[in-house]
Amino acid sequence: MNAVFKIWRGDTKSGEFRDYTTEVAEGMVVLDAVHDIQRTQAPDLACRWNCKAGKCGSCSAEVNGMPKLMCMTRLSELPLEKPVTIEPIKAFPVVKDLVADVSWNFRVKKEIKPFKPRPPDAPDGTWRMQQEDIDRVQEFRKCIECFLCQDVCHVLRDHQMHDKFIGPRFLIHVAALEMHPLDTEDRIEELRNTQGIGYCNITKCCTKVCPESIQITDNGIIPLKERVVDDFYDPFGWFWRWLKRKSDRQTLKR
Amino acid sequence: MPNYETFEHDVLVIGAGGAGLRAAIEASAADVRVGLVCKSLLGKAHTVMAEGGIAAALANVDDRDNWKVHFADTMRGGQYVNQWRMAELHAKEAPDRVRELEAWGAVFDRTKDGRILQRHFGGHKYPRLAHVGDRTGLEMIRTLQDHGVHQGMDVYMEHTILSLLKDGDRVVGAFGYERERGRFKIFRAKAVVLATGGVGRAFKITSNSWEYTGDGHALAYEAGAELIDMEFVQFHPTGMVWPPSVMGILVTEGVRGEGGILTNNQGRRFMFDEIPEAYRAHTADNEEEGWRYCQGHKDARRPPELLTRDHVSRCIVREIKEGRGSPHGGVFLDISWIKQKLPNAAEHIKRKLPSMYHQFKQLADIDITEQPMEVGPTTHYIMGGVRVDPDTQMSRLPGLFAAGECAAGINGANRLGGNSLSDLLVFGKRAGEFAAKFAKENQHGPVQSEKIDTVAREALAPFESRGRGSENPYAIQKDLQETMQDLVGIVRNEAEMRAALERIGKFKSRAEKAAVTGNREYNPGWHTALDLKNLLTVSDAITRAALERKESRGAQFREDYPNRDEQFGKVNTVISKTEDGLMQISLEPLPEMPDHLKQIIEEMK
Repeated sequence: MNAVFKIWRGDTKSGEFRDYTTEVAEGMVVLDAVHDIQRTQAPDLACRWNCKAGKCGSCSAEVNGMPKLMCMTRLSELPLEKPVTIEPIKAFPVVKDLVADVSWNFRVKKEIKPFKPRPPDAPDGTWRMQQEDIDRVQEFRKCIECFLCQDVCHVLRDHQMHDKFIGPRFLIHVAALEMHPLDTEDRIEELRNTQGIGYCNITKCCTKVCPESIQITDNGIIPLKERVVDDFYDPFGWFWRWLKRKSDRQTLKR
Repeated sequence: MPNYETFEHDVLVIGAGGAGLRAAIEASAADVRVGLVCKSLLGKAHTVMAEGGIAAALANVDDRDNWKVHFADTMRGGQYVNQWRMAELHAKEAPDRVRELEAWGAVFDRTKDGRILQRHFGGHKYPRLAHVGDRTGLEMIRTLQDHGVHQGMDVYMEHTILSLLKDGDRVVGAFGYERERGRFKIFRAKAVVLATGGVGRAFKITSNSWEYTGDGHALAYEAGAELIDMEFVQFHPTGMVWPPSVMGILVTEGVRGEGGILTNNQGRRFMFDEIPEAYRAHTADNEEEGWRYCQGHKDARRPPELLTRDHVSRCIVREIKEGRGSPHGGVFLDISWIKQKLPNAAEHIKRKLPSMYHQFKQLADIDITEQPMEVGPTTHYIMGGVRVDPDTQMSRLPGLFAAGECAAGINGANRLGGNSLSDLLVFGKRAGEFAAKFAKENQHGPVQSEKIDTVAREALAPFESRGRGSENPYAIQKDLQETMQDLVGIVRNEAEMRAALERIGKFKSRAEKAAVTGNREYNPGWHTALDLKNLLTVSDAITRAALERKESRGAQFREDYPNRDEQFGKVNTVISKTEDGLMQISLEPLPEMPDHLKQIIEEMK
């Protein structure tokens, strides 16, 4: 059986969809079709991929308009009587064909305050943590950085607020750090200011496309929003922390 | 020489998987300027696919464990042709390297008393693998990446190195290109660390990604370093076999560590049929004992499914060849049976093996909590690589270091599962440390513009050969993969390997005519053409080394020499390039092991 793939070909200046026909075999995924086309018809067709097993998050693209990992999208899930469209993710500028310039993500991540553990619990320099206290953090750390959540987030995709909002991927990264039982850093102020958590209006689009099924909105972003609210808008909390900071400063002075 | 953009670093690390990142972190900590070059985006390297865990004798789960047991296990698994000093350093230092990851933010699964949990794996006497479900590699690379980017290193993503640059014998930099625009770049460095991983793309059925084209092996060889143990290619026993498009994708050994069993089409647990002498005393002789072992009973011995990978792979091949395989040419791997033993077995499986559950559900319509998987061997890892000093990881070329899969020595004839991630950490750190030291003691060397011109001209040839007898680089790669799979695979013999060498020779001439369309900007056809050279070099080296070792040992099985030969147990194969450009091979005696280590091995037998 043959199927037609409409693949976006182009670069930073211009581009268009081009049709390619290739044979479909049992079990094939979209990435297999792209590779077949590359091997036989369009050797310079640019796409990223690595593991081909849903573990590295390289082959993100929009398949029939849906943000997907090409390696985990079975052709049998798609209506093959119509052409399958494949195009690059849209929240970031295109480099060529299916490859987008995702370098912004790496710059954003570097700005987030790194992990800062409390002193070790045991004399041998190790810590003790209970499994139930890390389940949530482990959920967030499943993230493969495919950036599909960034792609589908309207704050980035439609409003292009890349300079004011870090996107769901990095809110989850901050959540994983903030909820890490050993971490002592405070990232709440940046969350509200430079990282723009307030721009998220919890439409949950990110959660829907996460190939790792991370409950980005419910388990990550909403609890972070609550922490921001507690920190900045609860007058009693604010007063208490002001006192605490004051006493901390005094302790430091001593 | 055209005016290529030039970057200067004290230490240049090539490859950003576990070993490269760990080396870059260590070198940065020594306060030298570090450049890190990688073929993909940061955090996508092959380490991300490691599933089962990091082997380290932390003794959190079984307090009988210590470095000596780990050392003896590693040497036994490698059938005693390992570099003993590397095996010793690895066993001693792995626990610190794992604890360090925790200090950098890694979140391993926990024991009941809140320490790092460890799981059983093939060839390890005690539960030794620190892990996070079945996505340990992701945890490790993300931890190193997130820690590393704050250390002040410069990262060059999507850059490929084409050649090392030398001043006399010394390595003084590297020359390569960036994928995005296809521009050439010069990296000058006082020391260079190779951490490029393996060679899996030389074979048709592989768990490895497109990046695994033997770059470090070939770069080092071309520059004049030696390669050892190249005949030892690990075929992981359990790769997916169906549907065809997913053939080769890894199924973690963790499935067997959690109690998964291998059966043939008669429902027989065939792994009980043949247990090697060296492991008989440590292996369960009945199914119940095997299950109790997986449940952590200290008096029980391991089930035969957890024998070393070389042995399990060969048993699977035997079952398939003798007509007892599964419908799609594999055997059955079943974890769902544990519901006879455990309440909530389905939940347990999903929690301990979430990626496996997901992978089979999504790619093969198999629910592993209900049905057995079909699996067969897949090319996974190369034990052979750049010969290095065991303490410093420096090759015989001053200023050139290697770590991780592209270096050799620690694993001997067969690597134990879990020893790779720990190898990356232990020797990545050492390579970074000693490369930084070397950089501090030396100045930048001059780069030779003629050499750079030659490399650049050769690299652009695929664009110019357009039209005149042009060869499709993808087709050459595919033909090579089929040749290596069929003729230099799990079961080898002299006649087939001679035929392979002849074909490799022809592929080399075809590769010279490889032609590509389009321009230099992000052009995978061009990249495939450029990677061919390295793939052909390592394929040549693997085949020659496998021919030279006229015995069966570890991952190398010769049907024309089916037994171990004591004489070959005392030597490594060593490959290097002669002055007139030929590949030469020799056998060299293993370094003499000190008595106290010999004694440890005796005691643990």
